[in-house]
Amino acid sequence: MSERIYIYKRYERFWHWSQALLIIVMMITGFEVHGSYALIGFQKAVQLHSLAAWTLLTLWAFTIFWQFTTGEWRQYLPSLKNVGAMIKYYTVGIFTNAPHPFHKTVVQKHNPLQRLAYLALLAFISPLIWGSGIFYLFYGDWARLGIDQNLSLETVAILHTLGAYMITAFFFIHVYLTTTGHTVFAHIKAMITGWEEVEEHR
Amino acid sequence: MMKHVRRLIGMAMLGVALLAQAADSPAPPPAPGKIATATSTTDHSKLEALKGPFKTGPEVTKACLSCHNTAGHQVMKSIHWTWEATSPTTGKKLGKKFAANNFCGSPLSNETRCTSCHAGYGWTDKNYDFTNQENVDCLACHDTTGTYKKFGPDGGHPLYADREFEPMEGPPGKKLFKAPDLTKIAQHVGQPGRANCGACHFNGGGGDAVKHGDLDSSLKNPSRELDVHMAKDGANLVCSDCHTFNAHQPSGSRYAATSKDKHGFDLPKDDHNRATCESCHGFVPHKQGKINNHTGKVACQTCHIPEFARGGIATKMLWDWSTAGKMGPDGKPLFVKDEHGHLKYSATKGDFKYGENVRPEYKWYNGVVHQVTITDKIDDSKILELNRVEGSASDPNARIWPFKVMRGKQPYDTENKTLVVNHVFGDDDTALWKNYDYAKSIKAGMDYAGLPYSGKFGFIETQMNWFITHMVAPKEKAVPCQECHTRATDGRLSAITDIYLPGRDSNKLVDIFGGLAIVGAIGGGLLHGIVRILSRREENAK
Repeated sequence: MSERIYIYKRYERFWHWSQALLIIVMMITGFEVHGSYALIGFQKAVQLHSLAAWTLLTLWAFTIFWQFTTGEWRQYLPSLKNVGAMIKYYTVGIFTNAPHPFHKTVVQKHNPLQRLAYLALLAFISPLIWGSGIFYLFYGDWARLGIDQNLSLETVAILHTLGAYMITAFFFIHVYLTTTGHTVFAHIKAMITGWEEVEEHR
Repeated sequence: MMKHVRRLIGMAMLGVALLAQAADSPAPPPAPGKIATATSTTDHSKLEALKGPFKTGPEVTKACLSCHNTAGHQVMKSIHWTWEATSPTTGKKLGKKFAANNFCGSPLSNETRCTSCHAGYGWTDKNYDFTNQENVDCLACHDTTGTYKKFGPDGGHPLYADREFEPMEGPPGKKLFKAPDLTKIAQHVGQPGRANCGACHFNGGGGDAVKHGDLDSSLKNPSRELDVHMAKDGANLVCSDCHTFNAHQPSGSRYAATSKDKHGFDLPKDDHNRATCESCHGFVPHKQGKINNHTGKVACQTCHIPEFARGGIATKMLWDWSTAGKMGPDGKPLFVKDEHGHLKYSATKGDFKYGENVRPEYKWYNGVVHQVTITDKIDDSKILELNRVEGSASDPNARIWPFKVMRGKQPYDTENKTLVVNHVFGDDDTALWKNYDYAKSIKAGMDYAGLPYSGKFGFIETQMNWFITHMVAPKEKAVPCQECHTRATDGRLSAITDIYLPGRDSNKLVDIFGGLAIVGAIGGGLLHGIVRILSRREENAK
């Protein structure tokens, strides 16, 4: 038996998809700024990249507020419990039609591996990208802030690029893992409608 | 710092953060409007002193000085008269008399010809009286009729009677040259226009467009495309609007071009030197903060003058003196033109190469030019840079500037290791352009200048940097970002290697690691997915 639960609330879905769009825009423009290819021209790429960055920062400000007022931030608390079972599922179980070891509920919508992954994203990749990105954006003010002698554009740019490679790798893994629901598009459908079909919890 | 951080957070919270960048840069100043034609309070044609008739230049000058009684002494202090300048940065004595170049060489011993661009009359040898104010040429700069012309080989004088004359490199045969009407010209004097300055500065190096690359006769009446400042439908500026004259002293010099104007707008507080972009455009002329950020390290000219020699007149890019002196099959001096009608070989001057719409070369420049003079000891083991410009990425006064790099080969003293004075012009038995014999012409030039000469000469390869600062294109024609921010090996700043340039530079290790991570992510997903599909099929088949 399965039942439908309302797992992703309206703001959460709005946040997820607008963030997805902004990150895709930043990946495409960012690697043009990096010189990997020429698509829309360097100037437009820089402008669009900066615009998307400021928009995402704004979105995050609202989202952090939302996380704390709704208590949803607890979804990101890591736990090592059942991590082994998750790894076993992705490496063996998924190929033998074994049942998913984790049961989504409204209060626990991330499996233990997801929690760890999001924590790594928040604790490591995010600060790396945002930290270097903010310094990059305000390059013109370094002299005024008195930091131009102890900071080099090269260091900032390389750290930013390193972060960009990591988030891009994360992006592809993330997209692939959405196909591992009980049908290929089940997870994506849930992120659009908010409703997820789950095995009835006994 | 705190204020900054607070503002940053505040903006983000408000969702208007986009404005943060723009907020730092005030709107650019309005484009300069049409400059009203100067309306003098004196109609010179009505003045008793200018009734004339005038037979010679000095007679006109005398008349001018009868009212403008300090003008002569002002001019006599200026570089236009003395042809001497002291570098404010290196203290070295420069000016045409001393500084070496790889065009015509030294005016010494060639005065009669070279001084057709001297702001005076009668400088035909080294005994010229620089203290006689009646020898100042007022008309060269102040003629408004466009008919005044100093005659090439007459020591700074115009023609006083019509003359038949055969130009050295022109088509064979004599041509009639008309003498200008000095009386009429004297009665129609006024502020200098582009053509007055251009008579010399467009023709430096012996002909139109030869020397500078960004100064030629196309600027007399340029299109907006060619020069947004001097075009009639642009700002319609004349040279002296920027090259401010203070008591007949011009501002803006290639011996010490201002690398970074720290004064900014010249009004309301004027530094009496408007020969910088910042004088009129200030420090933050762009709407986009990111572009204003460039101005600390990149000169305005670097982006705003995409190419020089854009007016349809080619500039000389190479001058090889070593090949001069060849005679044609008829035994007469050889002159060869290329398919565009440019002289590519001249028996008097050697081989030339020309360029039109030339992309400048880019170098750091901090305000200090190391100009070689004709008496300096030189290193002949490598190409001699006649005016090295100083600067690097770490130098706070340095910015990346555009240059026309003139290449050449010119005579030097192989024993004493100095450049030489070459006596090229004159109706005598030593001048190069008459006798085609370097041994004689160099000896004569060095003897005349009173400089030591071993008697042995050779030719040395030289390079010279010419600041590109005119022919400013309209803003929509500025160099696009990706012409510098590119990995292409022919990127505009490929010679500037001591900075990290986004879009060009990267860290190899990070790129390899990142590339592997992305390939791993995609490949891992694909592999996992394929195994899933295959194993599911097996399951279904059971």
